[in-house]
Amino acid sequence: MSNHLSGGKVNIALLQDHLRKQILYLIDKCNGPKAIVWDEALAGPVGLICKYKILLDHDVSRMYPLKFGKLPVTNVNNIIFISRPQIHLMDMIADIVHEEERSGIRKYCYLFFIPRRSQLCEKRLKTKGVYGNFNLIEDLPCDIFPFDSDVLSMEVETTFKDFHLEKDPTSLYQAAQAIFTLQELYGVIPKVTGKGDAARHVWKLLERLDLEPRTYPSTSQIDHLILLDRTVDLLTPLATQLTYEGLIDELFEIKNTTAHFPSENFDTEDEKDIMSDKKQVILNSADELFAEIRDKNFLAVGAVLSKRANMIKSELEERSGMGSVEQMKVLVAKLPHILAIKKSLGIHTPIAELIKQVTDSSEFLDSLQLEQELMLGVDTDRVQSHIEDCIAHEQPLIKVLRLICMQSATNSGLKPKVLDYYKREILHTYGFEHILTLTNLEDAGLLKVQQGSRGYTVLRKTLRLTVEDGSEVAPVDINYVHSIYAPLSVRLVQHIVRHGGWGNLTDVLSLLPGPILDVKQSSRYCSQNRRRASVGSQTSSINDSPKVVLVFFLGGCTYAEISALRFLSQQEDSNVEFVVATTKLINGNNFIKSLIDPIES
Amino acid sequence: MTVLLTADWTPFGKDDYFRKFEVYNMEWSDIDLNTLSLTSTSFGGPVAVIRDRNKFVKVQGSGKPIITIYTTSGVYISSFNWSSGQIVRLGWTSSLDLLCIMEDGHVLMYDIFSNYRHTFSMGQEAIDTKVIDAKVFYTAQSTGIAVLTAAHRIFLINSVNEPKVRRLPEIPGVHNASVCWEVMCEDRHSKVLFARGKDLYSLNEAEQNAVVLDVDLGDDVYMIKAMAVSYDFKLLAIFTDRGKLWIGKSDLSKCFRLYDVRNTLIPVQLVWCGNDAVIINWGMILEVIGLKEECIKYHYDESVFLVQEVDCVRAITLQSMDIIQKVPQVVRDIFRISGTAPGSFLLEASKQFKKKNHRSNEYLHIVKPKLFLAVQQCVEAAGHEFNTETQKMLIRAAQFGKIYLDDCSPENYVTMCRVLRCINAVRSPKIGIPITHTQLYTLTVQGLMKLLMIRHHHFLALDLAAFLKMPESSNVIRLHWACYKVKHSNRNKDQVAKEIAEKLGFNKGVSYTEIAKKAADCGKTELAIKIIEYEPLANLQVPLLLRLGEDRTALVKAIESGNTDLVYTVLSHMRENIPLGKFQMEIRGFPLAQALYLKYCRLHNKDTLKDVYTQEDDHKSQAVCYIRESLDPKNSGMREASLVAAQESYKKAKLDLHASFCEEQLKLLKYQRSLEEKFKRDFVGKSLHATVKLLLSAQEVKLADKLRTEYKVPDRRYWWLRVQVLGELGDWFELEKFSKSKKSYIGYEPFLDICLKYGNRYEAQKYLPRVREELKVKYLVKLGMMEEAAQAAFDQKDREALKYVESKCDPDLLEKVGSFLRQLPK
Repeated sequence: MSNHLSGGKVNIALLQDHLRKQILYLIDKCNGPKAIVWDEALAGPVGLICKYKILLDHDVSRMYPLKFGKLPVTNVNNIIFISRPQIHLMDMIADIVHEEERSGIRKYCYLFFIPRRSQLCEKRLKTKGVYGNFNLIEDLPCDIFPFDSDVLSMEVETTFKDFHLEKDPTSLYQAAQAIFTLQELYGVIPKVTGKGDAARHVWKLLERLDLEPRTYPSTSQIDHLILLDRTVDLLTPLATQLTYEGLIDELFEIKNTTAHFPSENFDTEDEKDIMSDKKQVILNSADELFAEIRDKNFLAVGAVLSKRANMIKSELEERSGMGSVEQMKVLVAKLPHILAIKKSLGIHTPIAELIKQVTDSSEFLDSLQLEQELMLGVDTDRVQSHIEDCIAHEQPLIKVLRLICMQSATNSGLKPKVLDYYKREILHTYGFEHILTLTNLEDAGLLKVQQGSRGYTVLRKTLRLTVEDGSEVAPVDINYVHSIYAPLSVRLVQHIVRHGGWGNLTDVLSLLPGPILDVKQSSRYCSQNRRRASVGSQTSSINDSPKVVLVFFLGGCTYAEISALRFLSQQEDSNVEFVVATTKLINGNNFIKSLIDPIES
Repeated sequence: MTVLLTADWTPFGKDDYFRKFEVYNMEWSDIDLNTLSLTSTSFGGPVAVIRDRNKFVKVQGSGKPIITIYTTSGVYISSFNWSSGQIVRLGWTSSLDLLCIMEDGHVLMYDIFSNYRHTFSMGQEAIDTKVIDAKVFYTAQSTGIAVLTAAHRIFLINSVNEPKVRRLPEIPGVHNASVCWEVMCEDRHSKVLFARGKDLYSLNEAEQNAVVLDVDLGDDVYMIKAMAVSYDFKLLAIFTDRGKLWIGKSDLSKCFRLYDVRNTLIPVQLVWCGNDAVIINWGMILEVIGLKEECIKYHYDESVFLVQEVDCVRAITLQSMDIIQKVPQVVRDIFRISGTAPGSFLLEASKQFKKKNHRSNEYLHIVKPKLFLAVQQCVEAAGHEFNTETQKMLIRAAQFGKIYLDDCSPENYVTMCRVLRCINAVRSPKIGIPITHTQLYTLTVQGLMKLLMIRHHHFLALDLAAFLKMPESSNVIRLHWACYKVKHSNRNKDQVAKEIAEKLGFNKGVSYTEIAKKAADCGKTELAIKIIEYEPLANLQVPLLLRLGEDRTALVKAIESGNTDLVYTVLSHMRENIPLGKFQMEIRGFPLAQALYLKYCRLHNKDTLKDVYTQEDDHKSQAVCYIRESLDPKNSGMREASLVAAQESYKKAKLDLHASFCEEQLKLLKYQRSLEEKFKRDFVGKSLHATVKLLLSAQEVKLADKLRTEYKVPDRRYWWLRVQVLGELGDWFELEKFSKSKKSYIGYEPFLDICLKYGNRYEAQKYLPRVREELKVKYLVKLGMMEEAAQAAFDQKDREALKYVESKCDPDLLEKVGSFLRQLPK
């Protein structure tokens, strides 16, 4: 069913199976018809593992979102709560349990924590007096979710904020657990390279957790793990992504591989959704056309769409001039494929039109122009009038902050006068309360005062971060994902893959925050046959099979970065395949949003 | 050689034989079995020796009896002085604990090394009425005890591990006659066969009353003097004072034999030898009585003590330990004189082959059709032998025969070789477990290892586990060893912990938590802490450390583990157990713990949060707290006060800019309040920009200007705002006036844009002349003045701009644009 996960050398469908088994195992522990109450943040990711249809086979007859108040009346006697270990969610669960108690009908309650329980939550349930109502409280260790054949995400938004602002490494622990889950499925990863505090923290956890007994398969399918702390490259998520998938995310938000578009733009001949005015589209590599265009710069998408449209048109026209039975047979065999492409054209053509409306607007172009000037290092020292104008027009605060942070990143910090000016402007225009957000951004290093060195300028030159070759349509380098800017993170990965480690890059690396990491890993529980096997196969495997590199972004990664990595592995001289894991798929908007102080109101 | 092997065989009935062979030459010396009472147990159990109360002895020393424990090969293990009350009977549990059942109804438990374990009682009634006899019996799961009181009541417990006393029904009649009794177990409950005089009762714990049993013992007047139950509780032997021995099923449903012993003495012992025969021990003569008509006698020249086993009897004397058993069928078939079993021929063939005699071939020829069976027989027979030479001979024969078989699975053969090595090892006099193959089968290898562990032969047990490829058992043995080590070693705790870790390594099955718990249980907290250090699973390690009161270590370990939930566990434990001030000082040294604590406080306890920041002199964070307070709608009354506090904190933190922001905000609030009064509109809480905008919308330009200068609103933003508001108001006159008031900071395009936005093309055109040259074409297009746009583009010689116009203009203008394009150089 989910064959789009099995495309790569590392079969991600294994992970999906593994997680699905765990979920169903727990669900089967409760007998008879049951209702599931979902923590809404989990319903999406878990849906990637376990479709509703499968749950239905396991006697799950009702699904409700977790919120305060009474559940609709049903005759189902078993209620399963599936929740993250967060206090406010416990309050909701307690509320529902109390309501059910009041109704007088004896219900059996079960609580499963994803990824694992927490003492604080259990305590909360005890204080609320409902702890004893649960027949079973279990951990459901889904640390990471399969998104595509080469993309995994933990779906934890707060990693960056938690670790860098609040010094809370909870989600890094989850990341380490996720890596162990992967190792238990795909073998111990022999080499680990990384950069940044979070990377080192995860490595320390990997060392510590390796003491715990585990079983690994005897061969390693993943050759190299690269841990990248988001602080190493704060510029990339701020830059507007210009790939097709990236733009969809920037403009319409992709959540758990699904995006919603205004439905009036689509010819809704089938799957008519009368109830909602949004058209839901699932975006993954199961859709052949999308797989082809997702990583392309948006400028190149139109051409592909029209080429495909023409192709289909001509193939369908051939039908009229068709005589022999043989020819008919060939056509009939091809027909489902053609129809699938046709259907998918019917989806992506309107999406492309929607995107084009935005990208053609002067607002978008002006901001993009400023971004590119900043990245090229043009006049990054002074107050940018475009930013001033954005503020004056009360453009969304996130957009303004994104641009200012970009200026800070490309200028290696802002001059005190410039920074103070921006601060004052924001407080005056958007309100004094945003002083907290500004403090957060400063603490996170997104906004800072310039200190002596001009790190970005050096990096830009040594790592060729900006390439103005205008080759968006037929790219030769990864810069195409942002038109002129090659993501720093991906440049680092490119370097590591080429040199098998940091190699001679140490000078440049000292300009980036956090320690570096370049180590070999072998587990004490890993049988010796692995080593023997790898020694034996070393000579033969150097040239044949591509190396598999797992790139783990701690603090989120963008679709453009994934596209860039895919581009790298598709190059003729490359012999790597990437699997991207991340704490969350992000873009500049939700990245900044995660740092905005939630003001209680 | 074959002849020699059958030398100790005695014919037993038509076809069968009994054999008696010496296993050990006893190591003990200076003891007198005539005055001592021996207690042993099945599976080659150890022997406990104590002075026999019923015999006269010359008192030596203190007169207190000494209990000495030997292996069944007579090797001294341990001894201790008995200083408690009168012992009624000794007994062994199946896990080799010595039970001392006392007259006063208490049972004391010692381990095999004479270490006192614990005491339990047989119930208040037993204590009150004095125990006169006791039996120890073995159920499938555990060991049970039954006691008989002076009042002829029987109390029993089914398991010494959970001594729950059960009371059996009362026995009717008077209490003067002599009694004898036996305990029998069926499935999970026990019953007692009780004989008094000639009456036989069955006492069942599940029943109210004793059941009288009817059995024909051959005489009219008799008294039952002794009874014996076979190991599996299936068979029963009853001996009367008339010298009659009744042998039959234990439920009395069938009598196999009623034998007249022609002796009315009371036997010293009456035991079963497997299920094959009953042996009466007359002191120095053993009489073996079969189920049919067989009967043989063994004569000793000294006192002998019998121990009943599953498949044989051990006979212990001062000199030796013998095994008496019916010769196993397969052994009999191979070795008996003129035997025709295939195994017998194979053995002969193998022997001749060794002698390089051609007759080997003849024997092989005879056995050929049944060669497989022959091999099996030799393998099996080897298992029944104690003599290693005989074992080798049989194994060689099996190996020899196997060569001629095409598809013989070697499994049986290999297993037997391994098992033989193992049982030979444990049979060595030093270890002293004379276990037979049949017993091993009943006991299982794990059971044997357990016995070895109890006797502290961990190393041997580990060897067996390795040899038999049982890694799971290895871990169990290591764990047992470590627990023992922890309990008994008094050496330096570091050393012990290190030694344990070296021996145990890191294995899936070894739980350091278990060992540490053991150490903690015997009060060795420090050692426990050292050992728990080695536990790889933090979620087991941390709670135990907390239990041991090692909060700090627990915190360190929790932090190392990276599992923040564990850190919270430790924090909340500490928070509950030590005063707040001390707690906060403790966690200061741990940044992660501190961070998590602060995060928790941020959500649940804001006052504590401020306290901590104050303590840490973190003025910036304090300021943030105050600002949060000021923004909380719940304390709108405190708004100003909070802001003042925030300002102070920022000043202390040397963040002057932020301090001035607070000050400005205070001022603004004050001003907004006055505006609210004046205009009766909401102003408070709005941003400066919004306030200015509101004022402009209300056409209070002067007030707006004042605010603008006071807060240094940049000109560009102010101009944008003015233009926007005037557009919204539709005040085109004012707009034009404004545009002329000063040179625009934002150019004149915004003026044009705002007019277009509100649909006023006429007003828009007014600003066209002041639009920058390079934007002229774009704005002409915006205004829909295509022809002028084309002309302007042409004048500027801008192909790009012309193309842009071309893409936007009407069809009738296309031609003109086209001609312009052609005129321009490419």
